Amino acid sequence: MIRFIRNYLVFLTRCARLMFDGDWRYYLWVGALAAVSLVGLNAYCRQAVHGLAVTGMTDQVSWGVYIANFTFLVGVAAAAVMLVIPVYIYKNEELHDLVIFGELLAVAAIIMCLAFVTVDLGRPERFLHMIPGIGKFNFPGSMLSWDVVVLNGYLVLNVHICGYLIYSRYNNRKPAKWFYIPFVFVAIIWAFSIHTVTAFLYVGLGGRPFWNSAIVGPRFIASAFTSGPALIILALQVIRRVTDYHVPHKALLTLRSIVQVAMVINVFLLANEVFKEFYTDSLHVASARYLFLGLHGHHALVPWIWTAIGLNLSALVILLMPASRSLRWLDLACVMAIVGIWIEKGMGLVIPGFIPSPLGEIVEYAPTLNETLVCFGIWAFGLLCYTFFLRMAVPVLQGRVNKSNEAGQPVAALSPVPDAPRA
Amino acid sequence: MSQSPCTCNGGGSGNCSKGSKSLDRRSFLRRSGALATGVAALAASLAPLRELTDMGSIDQFLQKHYKELTPAEMEKVLERIRGEVKRQYGLRPDIKDLKPMDGVEFAYCLNLTRCVGCRKCVHACVAENNQSRTPEVQYIRVLKMPQGTFDMERGSHDYAPESVPEKGFFYMPVQCHQCKNPPCVKVCPVKATWTEPDGITVIDYDWCIGCRYCEAACPYFARRFNFSTPEIPKEKINPDMSYLGNRPRPKGVMEKCHFCLQRTRAGRYPACLEVCPTGSRKFGNVLDPASEVSQILREKRVFVLKEEVGTLPRFFYYFDV
Repeated sequence: MIRFIRNYLVFLTRCARLMFDGDWRYYLWVGALAAVSLVGLNAYCRQAVHGLAVTGMTDQVSWGVYIANFTFLVGVAAAAVMLVIPVYIYKNEELHDLVIFGELLAVAAIIMCLAFVTVDLGRPERFLHMIPGIGKFNFPGSMLSWDVVVLNGYLVLNVHICGYLIYSRYNNRKPAKWFYIPFVFVAIIWAFSIHTVTAFLYVGLGGRPFWNSAIVGPRFIASAFTSGPALIILALQVIRRVTDYHVPHKALLTLRSIVQVAMVINVFLLANEVFKEFYTDSLHVASARYLFLGLHGHHALVPWIWTAIGLNLSALVILLMPASRSLRWLDLACVMAIVGIWIEKGMGLVIPGFIPSPLGEIVEYAPTLNETLVCFGIWAFGLLCYTFFLRMAVPVLQGRVNKSNEAGQPVAALSPVPDAPRA
Repeated sequence: MSQSPCTCNGGGSGNCSKGSKSLDRRSFLRRSGALATGVAALAASLAPLRELTDMGSIDQFLQKHYKELTPAEMEKVLERIRGEVKRQYGLRPDIKDLKPMDGVEFAYCLNLTRCVGCRKCVHACVAENNQSRTPEVQYIRVLKMPQGTFDMERGSHDYAPESVPEKGFFYMPVQCHQCKNPPCVKVCPVKATWTEPDGITVIDYDWCIGCRYCEAACPYFARRFNFSTPEIPKEKINPDMSYLGNRPRPKGVMEKCHFCLQRTRAGRYPACLEVCPTGSRKFGNVLDPASEVSQILREKRVFVLKEEVGTLPRFFYYFDV
């Protein structure tokens, strides 16, 4: 037991050391992310002092970009299963090792989600009130308490799976199947649940007709399985470029077909929603009208949503064409899909739910500078976490850092290897 | 660093022996330099926290949920609040923890035929319930509606004519409807808001985490959030307070109409009713068949707002004619 703890501590220390190992480009990247994170922290401190009045939120529009980002990132986290399912259910070996990179992305995304929820709280120091036993947790009544359970559960599941697989590789041991396969299958179902529950946060509110629609859950899943794998496609290419880790081209193409199908479904569901709202043309169309066309002379969100629709449709067309088998087109489609879905799900779903208010008042929302800086800070922090996770995982997975070379200093290359396999 | 032929982080093989000592020192210096810069940058980014003056006390931080406080603990809490109000506003409030009365369930009836939209109720409410004046928090919203519609999008929230009422309009005040099936209570993740036996939905301001989910859930726009520290001039403070009612709220928590429970649980009428010049507002115990509200519910043409959302309000509107 003591030997195990010692071994594990040595492993953790070596991983921690790897975080500080890299060439000037790595230091520049990490330094820049750390700087932006601190700018965000600074902005958050201002918010802690002056209250949420430093944001653009009001009693009428009581959630803004924090919750919008949160919603988007839950989707990114859930999308890790889109790598897991082909590997563990369809035995697609191309993606096998890449699963860990997807799951690490999920961990980073959940960390960002938790940060976005925390900065949205008026009294963050009272988070203890949510902990069962100490606080008074409204479970199963409140969808928000469900969300707390599923998000933290998903975090633990993914940390366990990646941590265990990486540690086994470090020890040159074959991972014991019973110790991770059951968790993988739980995590697959769990991934659907985190995004469904997040959709239910909105869907369950009878007083908000724009959200009170059964299609929001499926739309969330479809958009998540578009934007998440799109993000993973980009991340894998970055990994391939800055490390000499071999990412097979076929893996990217597998992900491409996932993004392709998910985008078709996503656009289809959006069309359903638009039809229902505008063809019915009841009073409940007000929020949708505000979003797509503007209402009573207010149209702050109109340019946003049409940008999103333009990006999503263009991404769809590119993805459907054989041209997107080439990385340049695929990357373009991925970037468009990510930005398009971020707008559609964030600004396009959260904000119009509040406009007009339940008493018919139109109060528009735009994030303030301080609020935006907090968001950038959290994104930078999340990317920083992901960078560190990869920095630790890649050399271990390549077998360059393992138990047999424990005595020496951490040795690993981050510099690009010129003759690394390229597409 | 990376051009050097013998670095520990460039080659990946780790077999450098020559000059590794000086490299160690260099990397040590580099690391401690980075660490020092990091700590300094962290300290700088935390600097705004020095202005944080309205932190709650440790006692408040460790305080239990309202429903778990023993009477002795509640007395200690009230004493703490008395001290805080005294420090901040220079007077010792008469604060109690008024409990619901047995055999009482409150209801409110509002006569739309009579209301003239003068907004006296709005301001009486602010004065009675120690609401923030900058920014001004109001629990009652009066809508000016064109006759012939209940589409609230066509109503006006910020009407300001020379005199009211205006021809062709009716006025509809909206405040917390104290629902029997309250969506706000259902969604609260920490049970900081609940319905009391007398039908009033209350908030424990010392328990609310400020997630604003209840505000999103409410179909009547009845809930308000303290986006900044409430400001009340010292001379305007109402010293007659109750724990779940009108005691001053901190920033970052929700508040709303509670039927003036510091008054109504002591046998008085809500402030909005007392000030109404037209007698449009009626309040009482629905469990008492002889009460004015029971009589109105029996005899008048009564309706509730947004019946289709299934909230079962205890706030009714009616017409005289």
